Amino acid sequence: MTDGQPARPEEVYASTIADLLAGVRRVAVGMLSPIPGAGALLARELSTQGGLPRTQVTILGSQAHNRFTNGGAELFDLAGRGRIDAFFLSGGQIDGAANINLVGTGDYPATPVRWSGSFGSAYLYFVVPRVILFRWEHSRRTLVDAVDFISAPGRSEAGVHRPGGPIALITNLCLFRWQKEAGRFLLQSLHPGHTLDEVRDQTGFDFDVPAVLPVTPSPDARRLALLRGPVAAQIAEVYPAFAQQVFGVSTPVS
Amino acid sequence: MTAPHSPTLDDLAALVPDGASVTVHKGDEPDVPMALAKALIRRGVRGLHVITLPTAAYPASGMLVDLLIGAGCIASVETSGISLHELGPAPRFSAAVKAGTLKVLDATCPAVYAALQAGAKGQPFAPLRGLIGSDLLRHRPDWKVIDNPVAAPGAGPDPIAVLPALNADVAIFHAAKADAEGNVWVGRDRDRLLAAHAADTVLVTVDERVPGHFFADPALAAGTIPAALITALAVVPGGCWPMTLDGGCDLDAVRRYQQAARTDEGFADYLAGFVGTAVPA
Repeated sequence: MTDGQPARPEEVYASTIADLLAGVRRVAVGMLSPIPGAGALLARELSTQGGLPRTQVTILGSQAHNRFTNGGAELFDLAGRGRIDAFFLSGGQIDGAANINLVGTGDYPATPVRWSGSFGSAYLYFVVPRVILFRWEHSRRTLVDAVDFISAPGRSEAGVHRPGGPIALITNLCLFRWQKEAGRFLLQSLHPGHTLDEVRDQTGFDFDVPAVLPVTPSPDARRLALLRGPVAAQIAEVYPAFAQQVFGVSTPVS
Repeated sequence: MTAPHSPTLDDLAALVPDGASVTVHKGDEPDVPMALAKALIRRGVRGLHVITLPTAAYPASGMLVDLLIGAGCIASVETSGISLHELGPAPRFSAAVKAGTLKVLDATCPAVYAALQAGAKGQPFAPLRGLIGSDLLRHRPDWKVIDNPVAAPGAGPDPIAVLPALNADVAIFHAAKADAEGNVWVGRDRDRLLAAHAADTVLVTVDERVPGHFFADPALAAGTIPAALITALAVVPGGCWPMTLDGGCDLDAVRRYQQAARTDEGFADYLAGFVGTAVPA
């Protein structure tokens, strides 16, 4: 069991994501997103304890955490109407202009390294107001000066319908805030045990640094209990391998 | 095309011509027609254009498309994502892209839905927000950008992408059950209903046929594809293996596949055991 043990990195990330979701009415979690899923479920648990409206969480691939009845298109229809407040996107590459690449490296289509594909990014990035970018491997090969393929752009030209976009980028080293007007990332906090030099060494794009640089808060005992209890049990439905690895939850093969 | 009264898997496979465009589903519901895919490989189908609705990125759906790619059945794929979900990349997909033997039309999920919805309605195209400024759009000459023709006067430019309708030659999927009339129950999963509306030929495997008809019960009727849309239906218990009817998946089975498919030789061995033949030349 994990009770009483200090927070694991995944728990720090999930707790940080829950903070980024504060006040959100409806959040959706897309493909290959176990830590964002855990963060969203934690945000929902926290929302029920503060007298606020309960955060609604939809996790793609889940039967239990899916209240859609109109097929896979429903998420996109709701998002187009402004009814999805937050979503998560990642990328094999993410650049300093918040462009994301989910397709592959090099000159398309002969990509030396091919990733799975763009999923809903080229739409949801445009219409969901709070898009949280995540990429756990923080390195110069993932956080690059310019992506090789733009699955979805961080910004759009004037006149293009763009009510949504990025608000933050979380990695295994730090949390960046997206500055919409400047079109640049601002380093917001360093995860416990990591340094500014390390972030500079491992980041392929320029970013702004504040005068005072805090450490990303670790989840307190209450949050850890929520993560290791209800959240772990819920996320195991969709991400059994993740739940077993991080939370020690074993689920029988159905 | 017509089908026998009680078709077998091989009868269904015979209704998929070489070069056909085929929709497959994303695999979060028990919609993965693995037994039919096996029959297609056995028949040696070639040159398929597979459209994933909108992805094949759960373990079983990714494995199905990966198997068909590895077996040489697929020439091109339109997709928003192909992987084995949290188990990792789809090995034969990655190898085929690297080898240049598979053409990929990269899409984004709502674009696949919008184009199929247009196809289902018999409309020529569908507009879609987003996309502008992406390299997806840049590499899809079939996708156009127009100025919103119905914008309010004086509202300024409003560019929007339009996508040609998609009508697959064939839709293939699995479902839990059909009734005596051949109506197919899919529950709340409208994706299979959409695929049936958009495709010319609809081939379905089900775990069982049950007496009566689903339209007698409004709760079941709401999640039913009418028999009139189904070209051929075969009863194949466990036809969505490694998925189970509750939406679960035998991950160990997919891991065994993934491990084997990392090399050409490992894949060939797996395929021989899977379909009972060597890889067709």
